[in-house]
Amino acid sequence: MSAKTEFQGFLRQDGRKGIRNTILVVYLVECAHHVAREIVYPYRKQGVHLIGFSGCYPNQYAFDMMARLCTHPNTGGVLLVSLGCESFDRRGLAQLVGESGRPVETLVIQERGGTLITIDEGQIWLEKTLAELEETTTRVTMSVDELVVGAICGGSDATSGITANPAIGRCFDLLVENNASAIFEEGGELIGCEKIMADRAVTTALGEEILSTMEKTAHYYTTMGHGSFAVGNADGGLTTVEEKSMGAYAKSGSSPISGLIKPGDVPPAGGLYLLDIVPDGDARFGFPNINDTAEIAELIACGAHLTLFSTGRGSVVGSAISPVVKVCANPETYRRMSGDMDVDAGRILEGQATLSEVGQEIFAQVLDVAGGAPTKSESLGHQEFVLTYKTFEPIGPACLPV
Amino acid sequence: MPDDQSSLLLRIADEDNVYVLLRNLNAGTRLKLGERTVVCETLLELGHKIAACNITEGEKIVKYGAPIGSATRDIRAGEHVHLHNIKSDYIPTYTLNSETD
Repeated sequence: MSAKTEFQGFLRQDGRKGIRNTILVVYLVECAHHVAREIVYPYRKQGVHLIGFSGCYPNQYAFDMMARLCTHPNTGGVLLVSLGCESFDRRGLAQLVGESGRPVETLVIQERGGTLITIDEGQIWLEKTLAELEETTTRVTMSVDELVVGAICGGSDATSGITANPAIGRCFDLLVENNASAIFEEGGELIGCEKIMADRAVTTALGEEILSTMEKTAHYYTTMGHGSFAVGNADGGLTTVEEKSMGAYAKSGSSPISGLIKPGDVPPAGGLYLLDIVPDGDARFGFPNINDTAEIAELIACGAHLTLFSTGRGSVVGSAISPVVKVCANPETYRRMSGDMDVDAGRILEGQATLSEVGQEIFAQVLDVAGGAPTKSESLGHQEFVLTYKTFEPIGPACLPV
Repeated sequence: MPDDQSSLLLRIADEDNVYVLLRNLNAGTRLKLGERTVVCETLLELGHKIAACNITEGEKIVKYGAPIGSATRDIRAGEHVHLHNIKSDYIPTYTLNSETD
């Protein structure tokens, strides 16, 4: 492998290393969203990202997600913005972040005296903390085996499953060979692939867990009344959810599946992991993930330093916290939207590159981005973030046999 | 008509009974499928599927070597394979104009 497999990372107190040193400004209810956004705005190109939770009612999943994101290795510091009367446990979150060794501050709008003064104080804190982080964060050598990489597809068409997804699969094989952790997500998008997946599990018991997870998934989406299939998918030539699934499944490559995790579970060792994003129990809060961004946030909560995003129709999204590498499946989309795309996998269709070549190119990009090179969506300022209500039970012992 | 259909059509796995189009094909484009020559009746876009052989109603549609749905009527070799003639064996596909049931 010609690519450089070492780069400089940011060392955190828990021993994990980040590839970015982002400050998060977090609104804890929709009512604090505007104030938080105003605080961030002048700093949005200086590594300050806005995330938040809109709901006023408490939810354990949302709290756990926030805890993971605010202590993610790419996160350097956290400013919490609360209206004051919402149910989110702001003290609990601030305590966790403080214990992780990161600078943290909480601004309660009702206590501070309203919009303007809170924005002022938030920006004063940001100025101070940006300077402080510059001086205090330890840079250390980081290598590929310390990386966690997620994969997702969005805006799929029939080219996604024959170019970008299998090329990401090749990159995943290279990552796993190099002992990195690679996570592919399972939603309605893998309905129809359950038996093939179970056969790839490292133990029979893990295979059974995968089968029962897929049963839960099929039941959940049937209750919702429709699968993970948007109208644009059919315009692009995909006809059924299982056809889309087989194409999505190609992202996983050919390594054995080492574990089944849920949002917020960090892979314990290198290997290929399946992320179960479908809530446990009765279908209570609507669709498991309302869009691609909600899924990216879950991959990040599992420790993903960056996410590979395959798109055929042409998605433009990036993400807060962890960079998104856009792999474009369709050569015509690439020509139309090259300013948003990092990798042109459509060359495979036109006979200008092989799957392996593009897989290696993605692998090299992963290392470049880990070393600090900005992705297209990062340069363009994309910092999408979505977090909604969900319910999960902890994973069972058979899910992580490693 | 190009001799080399591999630049136009992709059969992903040997057992597939559909081809994926690698280019947009204009109406009137002639394609050679084995012994047979077929003519595209309408513009077919990149990424769409055509039948590699005659498929009878109820038969599985196979792509990636895996079933991706069932034929809802007989499909001739070379015919566009999409919402109008196949259906999911899992969850019905949602369309804006509800032209399928």
